[in-house]
Amino acid sequence: MLKVDTEKCTGCGECEEVCTFEAICVQDDVAVVDQDACTLCGICVDGCPEGALEFHGKEILLATDLNSWKGVWVVAECRREILVPVTLELLAKSRGLADELGTEVTAVLMGHEIESRAQELISYGADRVLVIDHPELATFTDEVYGNILTDLARKERPEIILAGATAMGRSYIPRVATILKTGLTADCTGLDIRAEDRALLQTRPAFGGNLLATIVCPGHRPQMATVRPHVMRANTPDPGRKGDVIRVLPEEDLLSHRVQVLESVKEQAEGPNLSEADVIVTAGRGFEQEKNVNLARELADLLGGTVGATRAAVDAGWLPGRTQIGQTGVTVSPKLYVACGVSGAIQHIVGMQGSEIIVAINKDAEAPIFDVATYGLVGDVKEILPLLIRNIRKERGL
Amino acid sequence: MTQVNYFLTEEQQMIVDLAWQIAVEKIIPVRAKLDEAEEFPWDIMKDMAQADLFGLYIPEEYGGFAKGCFENCLAVEQLAYGCIAVTTTFAASALGGYPILLFGSDEQKARYLPDITSGKRLVAFGLTEANAGSDAARIQTTAVEDGDDWIINGTKQWITSGGEAEIYTIITMTNRNKGARGATAFILEKGDPGFSFGKKERKMGLNASSTRELVFNECRIPKDRMLGKKGQGFIIAMRTLDLARPGIGAMAVGLAQAALDEAVKYARQRIQFDQPIISFQAIQHMLADMATRIEASRALVYSVARTIDAGANDVAKLSAMAKLFATDMAMQVTTDAVQILGGYGYMKSYPVEKMMRDAKVLQIYEGTNQIMRNVIGKALNKEYAKK
Amino acid sequence: MNIVVCIKQVPDAKTVRFDTEKGTLVREGVEAVINPFDFHALEAGLQMRDTYGGEVTVLSMGPPQAENALREALSLGADKGILLSDRAFAGADTLATTYTLAKAIEKLGPVDLVLCGKQAIDGDTAQVGPGLAVRLGLPHVTCVSALSVLDDGKTMHLRRVNEDGYDMLELEMPALLTVLASLNTSRLPSLKGKMRARKADIPVWDAQKLGAEPGRIGLAGSATQVVSTSLPTFEARQEMLEGSAEEQVEALVFRFKEAGIL
Repeated sequence: MLKVDTEKCTGCGECEEVCTFEAICVQDDVAVVDQDACTLCGICVDGCPEGALEFHGKEILLATDLNSWKGVWVVAECRREILVPVTLELLAKSRGLADELGTEVTAVLMGHEIESRAQELISYGADRVLVIDHPELATFTDEVYGNILTDLARKERPEIILAGATAMGRSYIPRVATILKTGLTADCTGLDIRAEDRALLQTRPAFGGNLLATIVCPGHRPQMATVRPHVMRANTPDPGRKGDVIRVLPEEDLLSHRVQVLESVKEQAEGPNLSEADVIVTAGRGFEQEKNVNLARELADLLGGTVGATRAAVDAGWLPGRTQIGQTGVTVSPKLYVACGVSGAIQHIVGMQGSEIIVAINKDAEAPIFDVATYGLVGDVKEILPLLIRNIRKERGL
Repeated sequence: MTQVNYFLTEEQQMIVDLAWQIAVEKIIPVRAKLDEAEEFPWDIMKDMAQADLFGLYIPEEYGGFAKGCFENCLAVEQLAYGCIAVTTTFAASALGGYPILLFGSDEQKARYLPDITSGKRLVAFGLTEANAGSDAARIQTTAVEDGDDWIINGTKQWITSGGEAEIYTIITMTNRNKGARGATAFILEKGDPGFSFGKKERKMGLNASSTRELVFNECRIPKDRMLGKKGQGFIIAMRTLDLARPGIGAMAVGLAQAALDEAVKYARQRIQFDQPIISFQAIQHMLADMATRIEASRALVYSVARTIDAGANDVAKLSAMAKLFATDMAMQVTTDAVQILGGYGYMKSYPVEKMMRDAKVLQIYEGTNQIMRNVIGKALNKEYAKK
Repeated sequence: MNIVVCIKQVPDAKTVRFDTEKGTLVREGVEAVINPFDFHALEAGLQMRDTYGGEVTVLSMGPPQAENALREALSLGADKGILLSDRAFAGADTLATTYTLAKAIEKLGPVDLVLCGKQAIDGDTAQVGPGLAVRLGLPHVTCVSALSVLDDGKTMHLRRVNEDGYDMLELEMPALLTVLASLNTSRLPSLKGKMRARKADIPVWDAQKLGAEPGRIGLAGSATQVVSTSLPTFEARQEMLEGSAEEQVEALVFRFKEAGIL
């Protein structure tokens, strides 16, 4: 529990300022803690200029000799034998982190008949690639991938392990962290090194993107994080870059698994892939009825783009779940983003704010979507879109 | 802001919460689609069944909750906030079920009430005919005894849930010479030989409810389907309607509340002459009247329902008042809501035009509001004659 | 079939507000609700029980008021609710949370199926499910969007959604699944359920009752620590186009031409 040292406390109110949960306030010049509201997040402890706040009952776990863990690992992910973009984004980020730490970047490449990808990983920034190639790894299972990564981490002791916050990464990386009894920060959007103690500062959105939290893993190694795709930028590959490729044969007992993959099905998304599209027209609640969504499709076709959806449009059954943009859907950053009948809940905005030009059409002039829009049009999408479609056709001479 | 405290019990509040959840989660998202497609809301009926709402008024021995008219009004009011077409289908089931509950034999109750409670079978009530609306004594559907059976001939008109319901309680003439005292009630089942349905009516509103003819052509049913005694039919109908009419009032309150909410929401965000239109007194006064009338209607409906539940006899006048006042109010409030939304209010993409179309039926069905005034007037005459 | 469903009480997204000056969450007026994904985990459990018999136990770790979430789960049809609550559980990250939940599930005895929502909408980590599976020695599958049980009553066929489609998987119970909203439609509470839930006894298990080691629960058992929070900032660059619908559309088309889009 959080205790206030009343001798040291000056009642400056710093703790009250920083508390996210309104759990501490200054009364009669001394900080008072509402123990029911306090979540023991520790922000105030670090923020107190007098050192007057401390936790009681916390055991400081320094289970391992922190300094014996070295190196930054990137867990590579192949989808249908091709490296996914987030792996390349992570290599660029790791490169920076490793340089700051004065250590090397190791990529872990698991799969079957994927060794040719090793050089690609090096060209994007890896110094070393651990290749684990085995027929059992041809299809992904949480247990086998998790067992092998755990085993490698125990043997090689990296200080940081990063993986993509993909369906696969978010499924098996938590297994690894739990077995290693270390911390794992999910779905990070920012990574940095704290110079004084080499700690990895992991920034991630919480509360549906409304809040950004920076998290550290002080007493455990490795420091592990999954990282949101399309947030960081990959480097331009250098085909001439040199590195070590190390083949590792997995031990048999790591290869047993209880989940069998019967079939892997690729589903064709509507139009171009959302995360790669240059133009996205997103349909929100303002369409009111399923048939009106065709207006969004028509505009997307005209602009050579694809259709995205808000959670409301998906919940209403107008568009499939894979087209959902935002916190619980896909993050996108197209050149042009047209938000139609989208109110702009923060959960949606965090998934599209990186777009170059944002056009918002909404009948409510107060809708928060206009706060992030490059151009705002106030009106009913059912009235505006047909006009817009007609004018664009006219411009094109159609 | 303080709301009127109706001192609901914890269980009554549960019923309100449950019905509200259905209105918000299940009814509102689909009401426009159901209205446009004139589609019967089977999915929502299943949701209501799952939530146990069909058993509210049915005794515990048949799986129900033994609640009264008041609890039924609470549920109906919340559901009507979503859509009164859907709610009418729900309420029609109580209208068809009350005669069995009030006048059925133990055997009939055991046979029908558990299925009604569980929502497995919907019930409908058949009184109206082409030539017998407000004047129920002009019923022309006949029932004639034939050995161990009854033979029914005739046509019932505008029967809510006709064709969708499995069980029907209908009023027939068994002795025309006795007029209203010659009416007898029966329980019909879908599939009885000679029982068929006419075409589905197309209506001004209330489109998600099914309204059809019940056609009886030499329809033969066993003796044990007779409900109550011979000649008791008219009393059964009137007693049933006395119990059901506060529910129509509650429906009106729920509908009007929905219209008011839309109107206030719109008036707060619609900018004209550089200010939200709610800042104009012309609008404020309309909204103030709407809100006040709704609250007055709610208070009347609740009080009448509680009076009925307290065991009052001869509640025809009070029931009629609750229905009359609340439904006239709902017509006015929904009309005003359309007016406040202006051109948008008249458009199908906003919900208030449907509310206004739907509201009209409340002044017509389960006894027109003119008949309600007759009932009240007659009762007054009787009351003052005794003084 | 013994089924355990883990649920979390979270702030209702509709009532959460943020203090933009301080960069903090405003607690006042925030309503607590069951995490939306967890409703679908519960529904999956209830459907299993309705088909194969057995019992659905709902487990939640949280402050005393999380009891309300458990009562709501009971009103939907769960058989039993257990609240894991202790001051010492506070401040837990996913490592400490999975330890605590695992201790409780072990105490319940053998289970066939543990169900969790895909993720909680406050923390959004999606880590408790897989971590808990490891603690319990179970295989797990995340992001389940379809589920069927074969005739033997213990082999499951599952659809796991990923970025470009889905995998069809087979595994035998016991297992842990995290489910998507698209798996099912959550049922409504029933009046009977609500009445039963109101009166139900909900045991509260604290650290001592679980036999949990003090150094592995709550803040003490957490490997990660929050060092700061802030509000995301959005670039303000808006231009509201003016005039009638026609005029606004014309202005937009003009800007599209300027930007080389047309």
